[in-house]
Amino acid sequence: MTAMQQGLQSCEGCGLLSRPAPGDHEGRCPRCDEELAFRKPASFQRTWAYLLAATICYIPANVLPVLTTTTAAGAESDTIMQGVVLLWSPTGWPLSIIVLVASIMIPSAKILALGYLLITAQQGSVANNGQRVRMYRMVEFIGRWSMVDVFVDTFTAALIQLQPLMSVEPGPGLIFFAAVVVFTMLAVESFDPRLIWDSTSSKEVTYA
Amino acid sequence: MSYNQPVGDTSLIACLHCDLLQRIPELAPGASARCPRCNKELWRHREDSLNRTLALTLAAVVLYIVANSVPMLGLTIVGRDASTTVIGGAQHLWDNGQKIVGVLVLFTAVVAPALQIGLMLAIVLGARLERPPRWVGTLLRYHPTTRIWSMIEVMMVGVLVALVKIADYATVIPGMALFVLWVLVFILAGMSASFDSREVWERVQWADEAWSDADGNTVAEETS
Repeated sequence: MTAMQQGLQSCEGCGLLSRPAPGDHEGRCPRCDEELAFRKPASFQRTWAYLLAATICYIPANVLPVLTTTTAAGAESDTIMQGVVLLWSPTGWPLSIIVLVASIMIPSAKILALGYLLITAQQGSVANNGQRVRMYRMVEFIGRWSMVDVFVDTFTAALIQLQPLMSVEPGPGLIFFAAVVVFTMLAVESFDPRLIWDSTSSKEVTYA
Repeated sequence: MSYNQPVGDTSLIACLHCDLLQRIPELAPGASARCPRCNKELWRHREDSLNRTLALTLAAVVLYIVANSVPMLGLTIVGRDASTTVIGGAQHLWDNGQKIVGVLVLFTAVVAPALQIGLMLAIVLGARLERPPRWVGTLLRYHPTTRIWSMIEVMMVGVLVALVKIADYATVIPGMALFVLWVLVFILAGMSASFDSREVWERVQWADEAWSDADGNTVAEETS
C-alpha cells in the first residue's frame, strides 16, 4: 500500500506523513512548512528539460578546448579527452583514469541512465524496479564527481601565469562542460523515483 | 495553500523512493531501518548525535576559516614563484572571461561549504534547546541542498590532478590550506554521518501552530 493510494503525502523535507484538505492535491507540511504534493510537480517535464539541455551542452563540452597553453613556441589548446591523454604517463596514469572516469564516462553514463529511467517510468514499466531505483541512487551519488575537471582547469590556469614564459587560460569548452554537470545534477533533483514504482503499486492492491 | 492534517503517529511514514507506507520501528542507537520494497535507508539512529555533530561542526568552522585564508598551492620555476588560494582560483576565472564558471567554482568550493557548516552549527545549537524553535526546522529543511552543492572533496581530487600536471613544468609547493582541506573533507563526512535529522524533527516546534499547545508540545491526534 502506498501513501498516494491512501491519500497521504510524505514530506521530502522532514519525512512527516500528512493528509491534504479534502479535494486538494497540494498543501503545506504542518511540521516544516514545505509545499507538498503526491509526486514532485511536473517531474517528467522538468527532468526531460534539464536532460535535453545537458545533452546539447555535452557536444561543445567535448569538442571545444577547455585549456589553452601559451608558451614562447606558440599556443596549444586541449579538449577534455586530450587532457586525459596528456596526463597518461608511467607515473600519472592513475590520475589520467580518474579524469577519464569523472569527465568522460560519468557524464555520458548519467545522461543515458536518466534517459532510460524517464522512458521506462513513462511507459509504465513494472520490470526491474529494484535495479532502476538503485541506478537512480547511483546517478545521484556519483554525479558531483564530474566537477573534478572544472577544478583541475581552474587551479591549473590560476597557477601557471608565468608570462612571457608560459601561461594557461581556461578555454571556451569549460562553461559547456560545467553546464553538463549542473544540468544533470538538476535533472536528478527533479526526477521523482516514486514514479518508477507507481505502475507496480497500482497493479498490486496490497504489497506483501 | 493550507496546512495538511498530520497522521498523528510520526512513526508511520512513506518511503521517499517508492512511496510504500510503513512504520519505522524503535531502533537501538547505531541500528538502521531499510525499506522492505526498495531497500532505501529510512533511518539510522545515530549515537549521541547532537554532541558529536556539534564537536565536528566546531572543528569544521576552524578548519574552514584557516583553509580559506592561507595559500593552497604554490609553484616555483626558474626563480619565479606564484601561489593561489581557493578563492584566487575562482577569481582568476572571473578575470579571464569565464565569469559563470568562476561563480560556480566559488559557489561549490567556498559558499556552499560555508552554508553547510554554518547552517549545521545553528541547527545543532538550536536543537540543544529544550524545545527547538521553528527556525531550526526551516534551516534543517534547506540543509540537504547545501550538502549537495558543497564539493570540497571533489575539488581536492581536482587539485591533486592539477598538481601532477603542473609538476611537469615547475616545482610545486603545497600550501598549508592543502593539508587543512584534506582534514576538512573527513571532518565534513563525519559531521554528516553523526547527524540524526529524525531526532531533531521529532522535537522541533511545528510550523502549523494548531498542533502546538501553550507549552509548544505537539498535540496531533490520530486521524487514520
